[in-house]
Amino acid sequence: MRNHSLPRWLAAFALAALPLAGCDAHDHEEDFPSSIGAPPVEAASPQGIHVPPPPFSDGVFPCSDCHDPEMLLPNPRRRKLEMAHQEIELKHDAEHRWCLDCHDAANRDQLHLAGGELVPFEESYRLCGQCHGDKYRDWRAGVHGRRTGKWDGDKEYLLCVHCHNSHAPHFAPIAPMPAPKRPVRTP
Amino acid sequence: MFVRFVTGSIRIVTRGNALYWTWIVALLAMITAGVFAYLHQYDAGLQSTSMRDQVSWAFYIGNFTFLVGVAAAAVLLVIPAYVYQWKPIKEVAILGELLAISAISMCGLFVFVDVGSPLNLMHLVPGIGRLNLPSSLLAWDVLVLNGYLVLNFTIVTYLLFSLYRGTSPNHRIFTPLVLLSIPAAIGIHTVTAFLYNGLAARPFWNSAILAPRFIASALCSGPAVLLVLMMLLRRFTRFEITDTAIWKIAELMAYAMGFNLFLLGAEVFKEFYSNTEHVVHARYMFLGLGEHNALPPFLWTAVACSVIAFLLFLVPKTRKNPVTLVIGCVLIYAGVYIEKGMGLVIPGMTPDTLGEIYEYVPSTTEVVVSLGVFSVGFLLFTLMVKVATPIMLGEFRDASAPKGEIAH
Amino acid sequence: MTDTADTTVSRRDLLCTIAGCAAAASVAGCSEPTHTDFFRHHLHELTPEQLKAMLADLEQEFSAKYGKDVTVAMTEARPGVSFAYALDLSRCIGCRRCVHACVKENNQSREPAVQWIRVLEMDKEKGIDLHHANAYYEAETVPRPGHFYMPVACQHCRNAPCVKSCPVGATWQEPDGIVAIDYDWCIGCRCCMASCPYGARHFNWAEPELPAEELNPKTHYLGNRPRPKGVVEKCTWCIHRTREGLYPACVEVCPVGARKFGDLNDPASEIRYVLENKRVFVLKSELNTRPRFYYFYGV
Repeated sequence: MRNHSLPRWLAAFALAALPLAGCDAHDHEEDFPSSIGAPPVEAASPQGIHVPPPPFSDGVFPCSDCHDPEMLLPNPRRRKLEMAHQEIELKHDAEHRWCLDCHDAANRDQLHLAGGELVPFEESYRLCGQCHGDKYRDWRAGVHGRRTGKWDGDKEYLLCVHCHNSHAPHFAPIAPMPAPKRPVRTP
Repeated sequence: MFVRFVTGSIRIVTRGNALYWTWIVALLAMITAGVFAYLHQYDAGLQSTSMRDQVSWAFYIGNFTFLVGVAAAAVLLVIPAYVYQWKPIKEVAILGELLAISAISMCGLFVFVDVGSPLNLMHLVPGIGRLNLPSSLLAWDVLVLNGYLVLNFTIVTYLLFSLYRGTSPNHRIFTPLVLLSIPAAIGIHTVTAFLYNGLAARPFWNSAILAPRFIASALCSGPAVLLVLMMLLRRFTRFEITDTAIWKIAELMAYAMGFNLFLLGAEVFKEFYSNTEHVVHARYMFLGLGEHNALPPFLWTAVACSVIAFLLFLVPKTRKNPVTLVIGCVLIYAGVYIEKGMGLVIPGMTPDTLGEIYEYVPSTTEVVVSLGVFSVGFLLFTLMVKVATPIMLGEFRDASAPKGEIAH
Repeated sequence: MTDTADTTVSRRDLLCTIAGCAAAASVAGCSEPTHTDFFRHHLHELTPEQLKAMLADLEQEFSAKYGKDVTVAMTEARPGVSFAYALDLSRCIGCRRCVHACVKENNQSREPAVQWIRVLEMDKEKGIDLHHANAYYEAETVPRPGHFYMPVACQHCRNAPCVKSCPVGATWQEPDGIVAIDYDWCIGCRCCMASCPYGARHFNWAEPELPAEELNPKTHYLGNRPRPKGVVEKCTWCIHRTREGLYPACVEVCPVGARKFGDLNDPASEIRYVLENKRVFVLKSELNTRPRFYYFYGV
């Protein structure tokens, strides 16, 4: 059994730490073509997949700064979050899922798989891949999601959460860039 | 003798009545306007035309196609004249060849004004450039059109120069050349048709009866020009052109037009009855698509012209009446010009291959440049006819040449 | 190499010499710097020295014109590589990021605007029906409900009608599959545009306008070097990037990762994965152009 002695409202804090950065394609467009050059790689997982750091909001990580097991007891109960992470609207099979299904109550700086195995945020794709196996396969092959780098060599992967908000993963509509001009006749 | 031929020719073309000079000055004025319009186009780029990526061939190439037909039509006169030794047409067959030379020259000019990088045109010259044979139909077209030009030029020059010298042309040289010009004429028009026909990307052109349609319409439009010319020559010169010759040509044109209309009908049936997505081009041409309806008025005019002309030429009475004959010629010329120029090129490109509709209407620059090119052709033709006529009539002959009738 | 331009006859000089008149001079602009020898051979017949000299001339001309160091590479196809491209129609949202990234990367004319990629908006109920496609859609956000999107650019056909129709051999298929154009050999007759079933070829109807500050100075002779007016151009799969092992710009910019590129001969490539695991189709397969560009449904 997990220790539930921490206030439950903090349980969702780590979830809020994943902003929607990946959905904002403007970021990619504006620093183009420098974005074509590889972003700094910090995490090279044991599986050899190079990914940029997870898109945490400033100052939210490590989660354990607030979710101190000495001070906050985890609260697994489904409820409206009022003390923190109020901005999170869970639209990810909300009927069946709650914070601690993914975030580990005992080790707030990590996630856990269904079987309990801890997974660092840098390898969150393993967690997503538990349910989305076909996407995970495609992603590993470089076919699901954006890939940069070299077609014949090192590739830059993005984590699932760079493009999909883990709490509301549907890809948000974005503004299109300008339409072409219609051809005009010369008089 | 050749120097005397040239100086004599220059003397002939610089002498004429007021009507002649008015005509020449008008042509020169239009050529000048055309040259300036072209210089503007060269400087500004083809942006000064109304062609765009969606409709990338248009007025120039339409005129080119029409004129290839006019050039090919010389055969209609050559076949009976030389193959069947049919006298009434034989004496005017040379006019057909002169027309072919003028028409091919205009074709060359229309291609020249249409290309984006005219200086690179030398990449078409074997030796310097690289002709993409056998796969490119335009490369073939360049070959056959130039070949046809050289061939007709040789035939005409040889014939006229022989007559000028007062000798009969050597038939062992002359007849094979003339016979060669018959398949060459069919060839230029077939290759030009294939230029469109071979493009699977353009279903409107990708029809097996396109080449036959080209030939049939050419056999109407080319002689239409000649008939009017013959009537003019009969009136203004001592050129003897018998009524029989004119009626015979008109009769042949009636059959050609009948066949042309039949082929058009076959095409229309196939498009509208099968009613696949490809019908959209024919629909644009005859009915318009929504607010895009610039073309149908022209096309229906063309159909009306062709049908009326067909009837005028089919009925012996109207065929033999000089007034209805000339009206028929003008109608045929107009009908085929619209159908084969704009009526062929524009619907083939509208909508474009991705379904976009850009409604093309030629720009002022295109119209003025085209008028200039036509003027060059007419000027060439006028001058050549002016020199050829007295030679044919035996009036312009070298001082050392024997007098009297020469068989040719 | 620098004296090449001085000692050989340039096109415009020659025109001026032939015409010998002020009219031609004012029209052709004889005083402009030129780069191409008038009686140059076809690219495939140039000696390595001639090619090097020609590229050096181009670099000099472009660097002077745009006021920055422009390189013009002639990187050859890598032996044994066979490029292909795949686009996931179930992902594309029609945001046109690819269109504009392509323009920037490949130095297309800004005015008149030349765009190598055309994103077509289609009605879900009509399916892929080009006659109801719309490239000019405007929207606050995309995808618009009820629509899907199909970007179209050069399909790099194995059986390319454009290559077949070019009268002077100014366009051909490279060993790695890229259909390339030599802009200095093109006569601008637009046969290739008439024969392309995909509207992929674009003509420079006027002198291309390319602001110096927006010029991408890393160029390839067969790709994104600045073009003259009156010639045809099209997508080259970013030949200056892909020949160096990089992805094309459109692949890297696509926010939904709908665009995949790679070597068909590499069993581990994304493109091979797509062909083996997804259901692909090619556009207008009935024309037997055999595109190297595949569309697929990733979901």
